[in-house]
Amino acid sequence: MALKVQVQTTINNEPVQFLCEPRQTLLECLRDVVGLTGTKEGCGDGNCGSCTVKLGDRIVTSCLVLGVEAEGETITTVEGLAHGNTLHPLQKAFLEHAALQCGICTPGFLIAADALLQKHPHPTEDQTRFWLSNNLCRCTGYDKIIRAVQAAAVEINGAPQ
Amino acid sequence: MKAFDYTAPVTLPEAVGLLVSQPSARLLAGGTDLIVQLRSGRKEADLVIDIKKIPELNALEFDPTAGLTIGAAVPCYRLTSHPVIQSHFPALAEVASWIGGTQIQGRASLGGNLCNAAPSADSIPLLIALGASALIAGPGGRRSVAIEDFCTAPGRNQLATGELLVAIHIPAPAAQSGAAYLRFIPRNEMDIAVVGAGVSVSIAEGVFTAARIALSAVAPTPLFVPAAGAALVGQPVSPAALEAAAQIAQAAATPISDMRGTAAYRKHLCAVMTRRALEIAVTRAQEN
Repeated sequence: MALKVQVQTTINNEPVQFLCEPRQTLLECLRDVVGLTGTKEGCGDGNCGSCTVKLGDRIVTSCLVLGVEAEGETITTVEGLAHGNTLHPLQKAFLEHAALQCGICTPGFLIAADALLQKHPHPTEDQTRFWLSNNLCRCTGYDKIIRAVQAAAVEINGAPQ
Repeated sequence: MKAFDYTAPVTLPEAVGLLVSQPSARLLAGGTDLIVQLRSGRKEADLVIDIKKIPELNALEFDPTAGLTIGAAVPCYRLTSHPVIQSHFPALAEVASWIGGTQIQGRASLGGNLCNAAPSADSIPLLIALGASALIAGPGGRRSVAIEDFCTAPGRNQLATGELLVAIHIPAPAAQSGAAYLRFIPRNEMDIAVVGAGVSVSIAEGVFTAARIALSAVAPTPLFVPAAGAALVGQPVSPAALEAAAQIAQAAATPISDMRGTAAYRKHLCAVMTRRALEIAVTRAQEN
């Protein structure tokens, strides 16, 4: 049995230490050790994107990262999007556009879309669909998600020039 | 996942020493193949060696004479977003943007794509076409292997006990040369190639002076077809020359039938993908 390892991270702007076994994924550490259950497990092998979190300046599927690899890293989960009781514009847009039904994929879509809007303030539909191709939704058929992301882009960054 | 120990050496000799003393150890770069394989039980490890903290394995260096060196742990997103790769190796920037999706590209390395040695690996036919080589370090020192010789069977490669991939080296592109990789997949992204074709060509005064063609997902390993490239050399650029080379590539393929496509369909795709990839590579060469 491998010894547990102490991992020091910054999660949603708070310093967080956790103890984990090397075999535990970052997803397991976030949910089962740190208690941040907003991040969801879908497929567990990197295909569905439900467990997407921001690690450093990249989005990753946290089921394919070991908890020990997060040492010294900055992590953003869906819990880090809202400010207190004020939802993030993406969260508001998802609600307004009915871009979710069962909601399991939503945290992953929100984190991935947030990273997209930081890279492309006004992404085209093609850019949005390509960027979000690592996120699967089995309920909505995607169109509402794409419209929600584009509406949030306008809300955050103003109308495109 | 079964329990294992984890270590993250910061030097190459340390990593080689660990591999020699624990041959059952597994190397971890992006983890997008390894963690899936460990979880499913397809691979086992007592020790996982994270190689991302070794500076040489994270290096991404271009020299107009020496060419491009891609550290084995460099994740795909660094290739897609690199201005020199976009301008000098556009096909490589493309292939790095087609391996998995955004999240996978944030972790997955080209070195891992090579070492995983999948017959369908997207990057390998292009690396073969570009004349790339694998730089390997081990207890006996360093050696270099041509990419077309690196994969030995599905999931198997040339690395001996104690050895690891340090980097992939791609020669600087010749004047009036161009390359391309195309794959056929039923979706637009996030899928495994039914057939892939990687090609590179050099042209002088309208005549092919060099060409290399390789295929994926049509043989137990990515398949280099020297005869297909050789058929182009000395020929004027023409649709007939491209089609002839595509037919030779098709003839060399020995695909199987599986859930992604029948052998007959794959054979058909070999010629189509090769010809279309050649058309893109020719256009790029003529623009250079």
